[in-house]
Amino acid sequence: MSTDQLTRRLRGRTPAADAAAPSRRWRLDDRYLPVLGTVVVLVVMLVVAGSRYDNFLTGRVMANLLINNSFLVVLAVGMTFVILTGGIDLSVGAVVALSSIVSAWMLTHGWPATVAIPAAILTGTLIGLAVGVMVHVFEIQPFIATLAAMFLARGLCYLVAPESIPIADPTIVALARTRWGPEDGFVLTPSGLIALVVVAVAFVLLHYTRFGRTVYAIGGGEQSARLMGLPVARTKVLVYVISGTCAGLGGLLFAIFSRSGYALTGVGMELDAIAAVVIGGTLLTGGSGFVLGSVLGVLVLGLIQTAITFEGTLSSWWTKIVIGGLLLVFVVLQRLLALRRT
Amino acid sequence: MTDTQTATSTATLDEPRPVVTMTGISIGFPGVKALDGVDFRLFPGEVHALMGENGAGKSTLIKALTGVYQVDAGTVLVDETPVTFTGPAQAQAAGISTVYQEVNLCDNLSVAENIMLGHEVRRFGVVDWPATRREARTHLATLNLDIDPRSQLSSHSLAVQQLVAISRAMVVDARVLILDEPTSSLDADEVARLFDVVRALRDRGVAILFVSHFLEQVYALSDRMTVLRNGTLVGEYRTADLPRVELVQKMIGRSLEVLERLEEAPKPVVAAREDTRPYLQAIGLGRKGSIEPFDLDVYAGEVVGLAGLLGSGRTELARLLYGADHADRGELRVEDRPARLRTPRAALARKIVYSSESRKTEGIIADLTVRENIVLGIQAQRGWVRRVPRKKADEVVDRYVEALGIRPANPDALAGNLSGGNQQKVLLARWLATQPKLLLLDEPTRGIDVGAKAEIQRLVADLASQGMAVVFISAELEEVLRLSHRIAVLRDRRKVAELVNTDDVTTDDVVDLIASAGTADDPSGPPPPDEVQDVQLFGKEDRA
Amino acid sequence: MNVVRSVVRHRLFWPIVALVVLVVASTLKSPTFLDITVRDGHLFGGPVDILRRSSVLLLVALGMTLVIATRGIDLSVGAVMAIAGAVALTQIAASPDPGSLATVSAAIGTALVIALLIGLFNGFLVAVVGIQPIIATLVLMTAGRGIAMLITGGNITTVTSQPYKTLASGYWLSLPVAAIIAGVVFAATALVTRRTALGVLIESVGINPSASRLAGVRARTIIWTVYVVCALFACLAGFIRSADTMAADANNIGLFIELDAILAVVIGGTSLAGGKFSLTGTLVGTLVITTLTLSITILGIPANAVSLFKALVVIAVCLLQSPVVQHRMRARRRRTAPVPVEVPA
Repeated sequence: MSTDQLTRRLRGRTPAADAAAPSRRWRLDDRYLPVLGTVVVLVVMLVVAGSRYDNFLTGRVMANLLINNSFLVVLAVGMTFVILTGGIDLSVGAVVALSSIVSAWMLTHGWPATVAIPAAILTGTLIGLAVGVMVHVFEIQPFIATLAAMFLARGLCYLVAPESIPIADPTIVALARTRWGPEDGFVLTPSGLIALVVVAVAFVLLHYTRFGRTVYAIGGGEQSARLMGLPVARTKVLVYVISGTCAGLGGLLFAIFSRSGYALTGVGMELDAIAAVVIGGTLLTGGSGFVLGSVLGVLVLGLIQTAITFEGTLSSWWTKIVIGGLLLVFVVLQRLLALRRT
Repeated sequence: MTDTQTATSTATLDEPRPVVTMTGISIGFPGVKALDGVDFRLFPGEVHALMGENGAGKSTLIKALTGVYQVDAGTVLVDETPVTFTGPAQAQAAGISTVYQEVNLCDNLSVAENIMLGHEVRRFGVVDWPATRREARTHLATLNLDIDPRSQLSSHSLAVQQLVAISRAMVVDARVLILDEPTSSLDADEVARLFDVVRALRDRGVAILFVSHFLEQVYALSDRMTVLRNGTLVGEYRTADLPRVELVQKMIGRSLEVLERLEEAPKPVVAAREDTRPYLQAIGLGRKGSIEPFDLDVYAGEVVGLAGLLGSGRTELARLLYGADHADRGELRVEDRPARLRTPRAALARKIVYSSESRKTEGIIADLTVRENIVLGIQAQRGWVRRVPRKKADEVVDRYVEALGIRPANPDALAGNLSGGNQQKVLLARWLATQPKLLLLDEPTRGIDVGAKAEIQRLVADLASQGMAVVFISAELEEVLRLSHRIAVLRDRRKVAELVNTDDVTTDDVVDLIASAGTADDPSGPPPPDEVQDVQLFGKEDRA
Repeated sequence: MNVVRSVVRHRLFWPIVALVVLVVASTLKSPTFLDITVRDGHLFGGPVDILRRSSVLLLVALGMTLVIATRGIDLSVGAVMAIAGAVALTQIAASPDPGSLATVSAAIGTALVIALLIGLFNGFLVAVVGIQPIIATLVLMTAGRGIAMLITGGNITTVTSQPYKTLASGYWLSLPVAAIIAGVVFAATALVTRRTALGVLIESVGINPSASRLAGVRARTIIWTVYVVCALFACLAGFIRSADTMAADANNIGLFIELDAILAVVIGGTSLAGGKFSLTGTLVGTLVITTLTLSITILGIPANAVSLFKALVVIAVCLLQSPVVQHRMRARRRRTAPVPVEVPA
């Protein structure tokens, strides 16, 4: 007789093994804790900055926070999908540059905005697709595949145009100039609106579609997801397509923002996007996190920059040091949280 | 093969057409032939047990059916139509659902999602969560499982998770339900509940393929069985026609003789010596949440067996003795001197070694060679600066490859490519090369073939007779009884008894101890003295 | 036939092919590419140039190889280079005698100590706190440049100091000093990892950390060591790069070198999943990347397009090394071989 057989005979008499379950019910779900941390940081920063500087907690400053970071919001949303599956996308910064330069080049070469805008976004989609195929079909690690895509996109930028191209197209200019809302209050621009729409769409995709839940399932365990009969291959390719498309859209927003396309834009932007996602409470191991958290992460990054501008005497490099410090605090906290769970 | 034919010829008259027919299935992995020309049929409305020892090819056959593995040769017919599934998704679409041995669900998602993922109720293209959760609740209700579908899967016990996995399998209207060791983490009530569900499904015409190590469950549930051995088909039988003894013989084959021979080997006689001190002495050693404080003495030249159920604290006890986990109370003495083992290195320095139960994740370094794996133990002790000289390494490796019969006898082979039994021998070689005085072996014979098992058992007996102290952990009581001089019994993370393994001690005695000890009293208090057998100490002087 | 097959299958086959193609293409375009001339007792010419230019990347990639072998990654090396340059040059500039050997040695010493601290910090986050290496080192990758700017006060300090300048453009025994430094470090690393047990213990930790710990390996110390070594090597690279321009440009020293270094390691056949590593492979990978950059200028392609070619080389090498392609190529070979008849048991 093996003792495993005995297990059955005896377990009937032992108290239920899942005594832990009921005690959890009244506690806050562990999954929300990291995001809660982000909210706390955001509130603390708002309170401190609001009390230090006049005119900080105004509609205008808050509106600018969203508008100036709209492209980063879009990038962070795409990055969230990838990181939720346990991957990473280093190519987004370069794709932003490529997309901005493609739109600028097409517009200055007589293409109408109705063609140039979709083309710019599609550029990102194609690169995302290429990455997805490399990662899934050829089993190249996401880190290396997206690194290659990053070099590819940067190279293509210089091929299209090594110098900055200004955009004078009326549609883009109109998009850049349109402002909704009171002059001194909370204004919304088309870019800001697009970012909000992207966030909403991503939220629905992640929480209300099979595809979205499969993204979480893959992050929770790729092997399990496969054995559960979920479309792992398609989903894995799709997250890179989404991230690429978001980067394409982000490039377009950046082109609108700067009214130009330039091969050197977006250098290091992928790191900002990753930092925003991590500060927003998404685990880099995948399977846990929220797209709204990533938006909060972007706002935290933007707030640091705004606050340092308001401070005036602080040099710009403090931004980097503070962001690095915040990253440190957040990853250590996440780690402690994970340790407590086991 | 002839067995199949006789069974088939008597069966064809009164049976419907098979829903699954697998013919001549062969699957090979580098260096191993996992399945070799196996035939298998499955009829609607039957529970069909797939029987065989570890490594017989049961899991491989299931994975061939569900498209996880591609077959090298042979055909799979579903409803008499040839199919080639490239993945579980396709198999599910064809009505073949599987519940695996290890829970293969996503524990970062909710219970409802785990059940319904891929089959959510949708409205206007988006998931209707309230409706989805309602449906999940109905599926849970069929299993009499009353848990909140919104709760996270990871907040439930393994048993509940396993039932959730079965709920998931039932969501798709499966015509074939594969249960791969579904009961290994369930208690008696849960098993009974599961069997009711399985019988109800069978009566609705579902074909059920059932894999289990527990013979009584197989006999209680199955109508027919197919026996595999070493990747080949032994035969297909009606359960009612095959007595248990015959089934076991068919599963084990002639290797049974090897075991019998070992059984006859006389247990080394250990002389009691009052004046010897134990090599290792644990006094009230314990760790919160891991194992309650226990006393244990281990003498040179004896094998101390640890018996207990899965999760009874067998492994936890051994890990404390090795410093793999830190003890937070009690005292440990080695050779009569206090020893605080905070790391495995500290234990190694005192000539204590531990071979983990998880060979793959905590034992073998798969991408290193056999030589590097064997030398690793000595090297780790020397530190990185003083490399073990090549000549000495070769000497050690050759000696143990020869002595333990490691195959292939090629020190440059990657350890990951060896069979389970040979990997275990490599691990033993790694530890023996450090010339330990106390060997902690956690399930050294699990998942390896019968021959290698017998060899390892004999080796343990030999080492002890040469003066080594051994702590031997195994889920198989027969094995513990065969090898040990003394047996410590564990239950619910406590050491509840210790007995001297004389000739009249039987597995039933140990089973009774495991079953009775500690059930009557308050679980937090010490076991009542009348249930703890007197501890008799043994020592040996011939530590040559 | 078998020799050919094993050569083709060698993991360095495709990287070396790429290297040869680049050199041949450059030589066809500029026939004097491979010529080595002696001027003022110093060697000049294409190959010497490749060696000199490879030194910075090789130093960083060597450290990276060891880190990657333990299943890690170090994104902070570029920032460490910037800090090293900033510390050394600022200290030299502030001293009364920038040209003296003592000043330069002291400055180099200070920078090395700071790099040591950075390595300890990274190693602490990875080995003790248990944070994923990519994110643990992202902290300093982000903050490090800010710290470098803090040191230089945001100015690009330009310094004149002959001993320091020698690190980048000096010659010794008619060879570039930079190449000698990188060569010595390469040889020392190879010697230490392969003549002691460090190499095999690093691999063991990279392949199976928990098994290694139970086998008595000091896994934590080893992980800590590789991050420290990686930071120190990056610091050396930072000296050479900053000595090249003699300007502490905190924004640009070592920018994106972590990516090139990781590429060099991967092209050299060390898997990002950890385990077996090849220092020779890393050397080849480094040479491929440097030669690529050099060849592109020789071939008259705009220097800006370098990253495009880098991408193509990476994709090609990675695809050829990918399990899927390897499997297909092997399957094709097998199909031509006679299939053994299987006897049913």
